[in-house]
Amino acid sequence: MSDIDVAIIDYGLGNLFSIKHACEHVGMSVEITHDARRVLAARGVILPGVGAFGDAMNALRRLDLVVPIRDVADRGTPLLGICLGQQLLFTESEEFGCHKGLDLIPGTVRYFPVQQMAGRMLKVPQVGWNTIELPLSRGAAGWSGSLLEGVSPGADMYFVHSCHVVPENSNAVLSQTTYGDVIFCSGSMLGNITAFQFHPERSGVVGLQIYTNFARQIHSAEAA
Amino acid sequence: MKFRIIPRLDIKGPNLVKGIHFEGLRVLGKPEDFARHYYENGADELFFQDAVASLYDRNSLHDIVKRTSSEIFIPLCVGGGLRSVDDIRAVLRAGADKVAINTEAIKRPELIREASVAFGSSTIVVSIEAIRRANGEWEALVEYGRETTGVNAVEWAKRACELGAGELMITSIDQEGTGKGYDIELTRAIASAVSVPVIAGGGCGSPADAANVITQGRADAVSMASVLHYKTIESLMEKSKSHEYQQEGNIEFLKTGRTFTQLTPCSIRDIQEAMQARNLPCRMKEAYV
Repeated sequence: MSDIDVAIIDYGLGNLFSIKHACEHVGMSVEITHDARRVLAARGVILPGVGAFGDAMNALRRLDLVVPIRDVADRGTPLLGICLGQQLLFTESEEFGCHKGLDLIPGTVRYFPVQQMAGRMLKVPQVGWNTIELPLSRGAAGWSGSLLEGVSPGADMYFVHSCHVVPENSNAVLSQTTYGDVIFCSGSMLGNITAFQFHPERSGVVGLQIYTNFARQIHSAEAA
Repeated sequence: MKFRIIPRLDIKGPNLVKGIHFEGLRVLGKPEDFARHYYENGADELFFQDAVASLYDRNSLHDIVKRTSSEIFIPLCVGGGLRSVDDIRAVLRAGADKVAINTEAIKRPELIREASVAFGSSTIVVSIEAIRRANGEWEALVEYGRETTGVNAVEWAKRACELGAGELMITSIDQEGTGKGYDIELTRAIASAVSVPVIAGGGCGSPADAANVITQGRADAVSMASVLHYKTIESLMEKSKSHEYQQEGNIEFLKTGRTFTQLTPCSIRDIQEAMQARNLPCRMKEAYV
């Protein structure tokens, strides 16, 4: 194992520095890298991303990172996808034509429809703060044992996106959020993989709680 | 979805400054202190504008961004003097989440496309500084409101969105620094013409002004400076009795309690309360840190 807690995958898209600052703030050591060996050696991996799905997948292919990311997931290493990073973990996206994703969480990525709300057009991208809620499928356990442990349903998180994920299995929905008339999956979880549409590193102290939980997940995964 | 309140910090060298119509800049204090105060008191984002970056070097801004970004965990947008994809990359590497471009985008609109392809539309805010002309239209200005362009601001807003702008920041130069309220017609003309979020700026003099530009101007977010800064200085002065806020000659006018505009200095909480009273959702909480 590496001496680094978290490898943030650098494929040229997204503000890696906010994520790095958040990780360091909660005491994790961080390396920003596109070196597959460093990614595979880290105790935990973050897949960030802002921008277009197709370009991002092309960048991951060009950097030979597709197989290493799948290996990270298969080995049980904690893997966290953020924003476009969440979408890339899914099977495919309809953004600017159909693109294949990493297919680690079965499901698709869809655009928000055009919607009216209180007499004004709902803006796409959604930019700003919105609440995350607990889906019924989580049952009585709620968010305990997940990266949202300690976060209250109804907490505000910072979103910037035009597309959202639709998991095939509703059990993969960790949190949901409403935009206009659309209730979408804002957080997803499958085994050691967790992903969020919002930016926990830009969602104040509530968002930092997610990084604290990620640090705990990394340390308990290593102990196991 | 919530309407955002975005304090705007105009920066010159190491200092937070504020003028009227972007002129007669006064030093108010250290931008880092104000940024932290706003983060702790419920700002939804911060907007840093380098007031002179189009004219001078801007290494000091990168240092301020770096220090601020590592200790506040809300989005930070930085504008001023960004001329190329490389300039934008440098400010993002310093820790900005988004950048605002104006002067160079008007001179060379392709920059919007290049930047939105390189970093994603959501990273690229096009800042439009507009002045009302006698014919009832608005003209886009550049160089921090110093130079005219002959470009119609509403048409330019539409074009900027086609090229890939993810958000628009609209500043009325007529209203800027006056505290007389936002240019509601300008905001509405642009917000109705584009599908991306619009941030209204320039002229906020009271919490009611912020609520008005959302309800009447159809803004998705509101930005303000003086009205918050003057309130914040009081609290910063109180916190640090021996600090430079007690000593700098430039704030003498504040200590006298006199202002020369129609401002009613207020807190972010005051603005949130005015918004809630009109059923405008905002991120109002007991505590933020």
